Amino acid sequence: MSFFEAIDITKHFGGLAAVNDLGFEVRQGEIFGLIGPNGSGKTTVFNLINGYYPLTGGNILFEGRQINGLPTWKICKLGIGRTFQVVKPLRRMTVLENVTASAFNHTGDLKVAKAKAEEVLDFCRLGHKKDFLASGLTIGDRKRLEIARSLATSPKLLLLDETMAGLTPQEQGEGVELIRKVRDSGVTIIIVEHIMRVIMNLCDRIMCISYGMKLAEGLPEEVANNQDVVEAYLGKE
Amino acid sequence: MKNRSWAQLIAPLILLAFPLFVDSDYYRHVVIMALMWVVIGSSWNLLAGFTGQVSFGHAIFFGIGAYSAGLLKMHLGLSPWWGMLLGGPMAMAIGFVIGWICFRLRGPYFALATIAVGEIFHLLFKYFNNFTGGMEGILIIQTFRSKLPYYFLALGLAGACVLTIILVMRSKWGYYFISIREDQDAAESMGISAFRYKSLSLMISSFFTGLAGAFYMNYMAFIDPEVVYSLHYISIMAILVGIIGGVGTIWGPAVGAFIMVLVQETFRSSIFGLAPDWVSEAHALVFGVLVMFVILFMANGVVGDWKKITHLFTGKKQAPSTNGSAA
Amino acid sequence: MDVFLQTLVSGVLIGGIYALIGIGMTLIMGVMHIINLAHGQLMMVAMYITFVLYQYLGLDPYVSLFIAMPALFLLGAVIQKLFLNPLLKVDSILPENQVLMTVGIGMVLTEIVRIIFGSDYKSVTTSYSGSVMYLGDIAFNTPMVVAFGIALALTAGLFYFLLRTDLGKSVRATAQNKEAARLMGVNAERITVLTFGIGAGLVAAAGTLLLPIFYLFPDIGGHFTLKAFVITILGGLGSTVGAIFGGVVLGIAESFGATYLSMDLKDVVGMVIFLLVLIFLPGGLKRLTKI
Repeated sequence: MSFFEAIDITKHFGGLAAVNDLGFEVRQGEIFGLIGPNGSGKTTVFNLINGYYPLTGGNILFEGRQINGLPTWKICKLGIGRTFQVVKPLRRMTVLENVTASAFNHTGDLKVAKAKAEEVLDFCRLGHKKDFLASGLTIGDRKRLEIARSLATSPKLLLLDETMAGLTPQEQGEGVELIRKVRDSGVTIIIVEHIMRVIMNLCDRIMCISYGMKLAEGLPEEVANNQDVVEAYLGKE
Repeated sequence: MKNRSWAQLIAPLILLAFPLFVDSDYYRHVVIMALMWVVIGSSWNLLAGFTGQVSFGHAIFFGIGAYSAGLLKMHLGLSPWWGMLLGGPMAMAIGFVIGWICFRLRGPYFALATIAVGEIFHLLFKYFNNFTGGMEGILIIQTFRSKLPYYFLALGLAGACVLTIILVMRSKWGYYFISIREDQDAAESMGISAFRYKSLSLMISSFFTGLAGAFYMNYMAFIDPEVVYSLHYISIMAILVGIIGGVGTIWGPAVGAFIMVLVQETFRSSIFGLAPDWVSEAHALVFGVLVMFVILFMANGVVGDWKKITHLFTGKKQAPSTNGSAA
Repeated sequence: MDVFLQTLVSGVLIGGIYALIGIGMTLIMGVMHIINLAHGQLMMVAMYITFVLYQYLGLDPYVSLFIAMPALFLLGAVIQKLFLNPLLKVDSILPENQVLMTVGIGMVLTEIVRIIFGSDYKSVTTSYSGSVMYLGDIAFNTPMVVAFGIALALTAGLFYFLLRTDLGKSVRATAQNKEAARLMGVNAERITVLTFGIGAGLVAAAGTLLLPIFYLFPDIGGHFTLKAFVITILGGLGSTVGAIFGGVVLGIAESFGATYLSMDLKDVVGMVIFLLVLIFLPGGLKRLTKI
């Protein structure tokens, strides 16, 4: 039984295939990178995994269980957390309240949830801002909050959607470090990212997609040197 | 903040002691109505202010509660006080069904759907006059001559309602409600079933609104569909009470209810007979203007923007507001 | 058969006027993305203006069109500029605060009228109010036919404006994508003011046209607000053409309901259909004002 497996997943919007017969596997404990040019369907893949869109075809298995067709919140309860490319802070709640709400995922006790939230916030180095309103955070902190909130649901698999975009190089460095820390704590990660330095640095394996189809999959260097991938990014000569 | 917690302690005490000092039936009646509106406004606010689902149909639950009491009397000859037991659960059940239908819709479309459902109830209760008494309504005889029992009952209801909301908002449910209000998609991805928790919020809300309706039947001794299912006098009033007091605050609707009833009574009596007669017609106008003013200049209502108001008078610069949060 | 045809004819005729109400609402919905819950109240104000002009100056309602429409255009524009646009800058817990504002505005308009004119019923009885034309055995109420014609003309004028003029194109651009329109140099705020004005002007025309046939009282506004959003959502779900369709459908449905069902039940049926459309034909709602 594989940890996570997408079997020939397909998504049509109207007549357009945003994701087309895409199959891949993620092993427990790895950081799996998902790359591709703009509009290649990366975020759609995330939206399919966490049940935001229904699949047009194919199956998604998580720990041997079919999860396609389940509502988003149930998929989260099973252990798949996600962050959004366009961050969605709960604006009129404080940072701590944001994360506490998340931490209720496996408990009904306010004290337990709060303790968990504090722990996650410290882990994400956001503890000193816990009483700030989420609407007042800088973009870097909002991205951290996004990660913290998904971590507080105690995911086994975490989907990170462009968590580095728009950050300064220094913040990116901190982000990479944070993601490694998350993985080392036992969480498997699928990451969508545009910044190649980050991807090459972090990922154990990479898959590149274009027009919703797989171009290449393998170790970072292999994929980066793949002719199709280079063409997809730079265009044909 | 300190002043406010004092107010929270003292206000209930004043309300408890009020009938000891005031034995005018009229003033007692005014406060009874205000307390009933505390229940309706707070209930609406739990759903709209805290959970983000703006209902234009709370008259449904008020009407169900009122008719639960009235119909028991009319058809079974039972005391309408049994309605106080039946009204809440009935309204809650109807609330669940309405939520099941309407929570597929978001934002203003949910609001529109609740108007439509409200009108459906209004018209059905008018039409099936064999069962409901139709436009003739239901008339009963009040159990008590004195206002006192009604006063303390209304106070008890208001207290129970506000206390329930305080407890709910401090629990997991409260965190979930506000998360859904702030961003439903984010909430779902945090493991929150938006549908389930919206339904829960609606059920608590409709339960208390139904209780208020059953109380109304017993207290006013007369109901008809035009009154208890009224879009303007119940559903929209509930919204206005919430807005004026402060959407998404615990005490806002309570304050809003008293403001609404006071404005209404002050103007209905032509400012105690001091103003010309036509002023007595102006209570709804004044209230409407007040609502517009509040939406424009105090988006968080009297309670939510209390700091802004006090700083207006003391001239201090206002601190960034942190209201609307769960804790 | 005659009853059937007769019912259909009066349904279509009233539907033309309903379409005017619906188009105004749809325009506002499309450009500002709000539901104007003061729409019927604006119409009511126009009706009272027409009533006063007739009562005190003896002005024919059809002449009053030229006064009531500009007056309501102004009123609508002022409402948008002073009361709705400022809310865009207000951070409120409920994103529906603009809709709630229109509720307050509707209430204030109704109450002002009530204080001035009282709650009793008024009507304008012109020499032609009861006149009827015949086509075969089918009776055509003359003011209804005239109203239908004027409604058609106004709708055609509006379409010309939206499709052929630069300003009209700006309105459509703003409806499709406000941000993009702004980047293209459209003054979005001015467009919203203009749109609300046009919406109010159209519903004013509907009110004035209805007056020779309908009686008038302050609370009539609320009834027509309900009708307006039923029309808007029934027909084409937000498109201007759809509003015409919705208006005619509602007109016919009401007409048949009144003939073959009881008055109360007819309204229930309308609301249930409305609810079903709202819930089971979603998505279309988001494609607002696609002409």
